[in-house]
Amino acid sequence: MHRTICDFALDLVQNSIEAQASLVMFDFFETENDVTVFVADNGCGMSSEQLKKAQDPFFTDGIKHAERDVGLGLAFLTQAIEQSGGEFEIDSREGQGTSVKFQFDKTNIDTPPVGSAANTFLAALTYPGGHEMVINRKFNNGADIYSYSLTRSELSEAVGGFETSGSLRLLRTYLLSQEGITEEQAVSRKN
Amino acid sequence: MNLEELRKLRDEQKQSLSRRNTDNKDIQIIVGMGTCGIAAGAKDTLEAFIQELEEQELSTVRVTQTGCMGLCYVEPTVEVVMPDMPDVIYGKVDPEVARKIVRKHIMHKTMVNDHVFDRPAADIVEEGGNQ
Repeated sequence: MHRTICDFALDLVQNSIEAQASLVMFDFFETENDVTVFVADNGCGMSSEQLKKAQDPFFTDGIKHAERDVGLGLAFLTQAIEQSGGEFEIDSREGQGTSVKFQFDKTNIDTPPVGSAANTFLAALTYPGGHEMVINRKFNNGADIYSYSLTRSELSEAVGGFETSGSLRLLRTYLLSQEGITEEQAVSRKN
Repeated sequence: MNLEELRKLRDEQKQSLSRRNTDNKDIQIIVGMGTCGIAAGAKDTLEAFIQELEEQELSTVRVTQTGCMGLCYVEPTVEVVMPDMPDVIYGKVDPEVARKIVRKHIMHKTMVNDHVFDRPAADIVEEGGNQ
């Protein structure tokens, strides 16, 4: 299962991209006591029947990998939520899109570690595709307070695409600076 | 830093980059980022590649993400495609191994033998996934 809350969030963002969304909204809000993530897309959506099945770890639609049973992302998330007393909501309409919201209680001992927001945004933004993505980040732990927004098309234009190591390095530098993390801290972090 | 400063930084680096070797633009690193990859820490692997490529001043290597390659038992998996070397899928690529791949495979054309695995699963090869 995923190790950090960030891993769960990244998995949801990819689900949205793979649902052929042209717009993905990704909110990542953190306070002293909780972490709230909201991911919404305008992709293919699911009928209520499909939605029920999507949450079943033993179900796979067989489209992406015909020979294999995969599709554990949501199941992992709900399992982690259940064990740590968090909240989870999913809403989907066929042909219109899907939105998922979850909240973890940071004070619960069974809550996974938060993980690194900067490297999660790096992976989420550079996942291939022609979609737009808007990330809203808010952080307030009582001592440090900051918030910022990231728009995929703007960043891609600013760094010159997301494919080469040179532009990815620029993007990484930018994301670390938004989080107020120095290069040394990023290197020594064991996440 | 704001977007304007980011653009400026890019322009500055562009000038210093043009002086460097551009032979490495045919090199591609593909990181598996399916649910299995994420669970095994592929996000950190991706970041380690970017970091190490920066340290080695390799700025035109293509780094891309893909879904599950069907080797979930050895995640994080990474495929390296480059001239003069066979396409290789590496498994169990933690940040440490990622750095080794940059230094040995990419810079010195020597495989990191302990981490070499096979081609992707049959269903992905048929679809033409990463081929």
